[in-house]
Amino acid sequence: MAGFDKRVNSYEEAMAGIESGMTVAAGGFGLCGIPENLIAEIKRLGVKDLTVISNNCGVDGFGLGLLLEDKQISRIYASYVGENALFEQQMLNDEIEVILTPQGTLAEKMRAGGAGIPAFYTATGYGTPIGEGKEVREFNGRPHILEEAFHADFAIIKGWKADRYGNVVYRDTAQNFNPLAATCGRITVVEVEEIVEPGELKPDQIHTPGIYVDRIIQGSFEKRIEKRTVREA
Amino acid sequence: MALTREQMAMRVARELEDGFYVNLGIGIPTLVANYVPDGIDVMLQSENGLLGMGRFPTEEEVDADMINAGKQTVTARPGAAIFDSAESFGMIRGGHVDLTVLGAFEVDQNGNIASWMIPGKLIKGMGGAMDLVAGAENIICTMTHASKHGESKLLESCNLPLTGAGCINRVLTDLAYLEIKDGAFHLKERAPGVSVEEIKELTAGKLVVPDHVPEMTFD
Repeated sequence: MAGFDKRVNSYEEAMAGIESGMTVAAGGFGLCGIPENLIAEIKRLGVKDLTVISNNCGVDGFGLGLLLEDKQISRIYASYVGENALFEQQMLNDEIEVILTPQGTLAEKMRAGGAGIPAFYTATGYGTPIGEGKEVREFNGRPHILEEAFHADFAIIKGWKADRYGNVVYRDTAQNFNPLAATCGRITVVEVEEIVEPGELKPDQIHTPGIYVDRIIQGSFEKRIEKRTVREA
Repeated sequence: MALTREQMAMRVARELEDGFYVNLGIGIPTLVANYVPDGIDVMLQSENGLLGMGRFPTEEEVDADMINAGKQTVTARPGAAIFDSAESFGMIRGGHVDLTVLGAFEVDQNGNIASWMIPGKLIKGMGGAMDLVAGAENIICTMTHASKHGESKLLESCNLPLTGAGCINRVLTDLAYLEIKDGAFHLKERAPGVSVEEIKELTAGKLVVPDHVPEMTFD
């Protein structure tokens, strides 16, 4: 890593510096657009007591579900979990703390964290268990609750293509939380399907500008499908 | 006769207008897409970041990077746009979606909705439901009128933890179509062959019944 060249050559290098007790923000929606190799590297490293910020927590044996096997996650902020038996079991045993967060609020907390906004008001969750204990303020006659921004030690991201400057584009709905998580990490690591030469990505088509990105690695991906639904040709 | 799931979807589809951006929840709301009236064009918003959701893909078209909020593989129709989750919920919270259709466990006469959590049962999460109900001005809630045990789901006050407060204005059940305003359910239509008395009996919340309640018709 030198200057603006953010490429690293191994997953070991990509996740260097991660320690037990850290907070990790991850991109992905279900199994779509998840940084599958970076997650696998975290499993290999065996760091524990992680706080994870992610919309979901993978499935048994894949995605963030991998980190449940050795109980590496002690707390998770997510909007929807429990697609996996191991997660349910750890939740029922109080081995994992789950802070359910409305999906739009989760996205905005990531965005705010990356954009230097410490907190924001939203009507989402007012009058529900999510609003309990949170500051309430009325705007235009409607009550809103105060939600605080997320900050992560590491952000782990799955992109489609990137250049060595760390400019990233995503493909189709694999974009989801990735550009947001990318902004709120102290160290942001992006794995992509292809690293291209600078200039190949059109500057006005970049989703995540390189300023947010610290490390880039090219990987190969399984891209597992959670619910394959097809129509007759 | 109570409406079938398909008839419920057909009835909701009559509320679609040409040029509407629509978010459909999981279950009966998803079926609404099958009954868009002829001559009407709507864009389906999927909150994982797709505006202009198309049909399911053929086996050859299946793409792991192309899914809807139910995590099903889908396609994008011509004119679709794809964006990140903050943008997606920006358009939801900002009131840009013309119609949201979603299911619920309970609604009450003040427009409160409970749809995500049953205490004592495993809680999987609210997903985008809280943002959707807080952001949309035009929501139709689809649900059965009563539980299997005959307990009303249209209540004076929701028993279950809320998804949103004071945000539901229309409910389509298997028995009736109702509007919620001024602290009451207003009966607008009844399912074919279902009497006003039956609806009254299964509505625990305050119910306003006009002199004439038209019966829904289906082709």
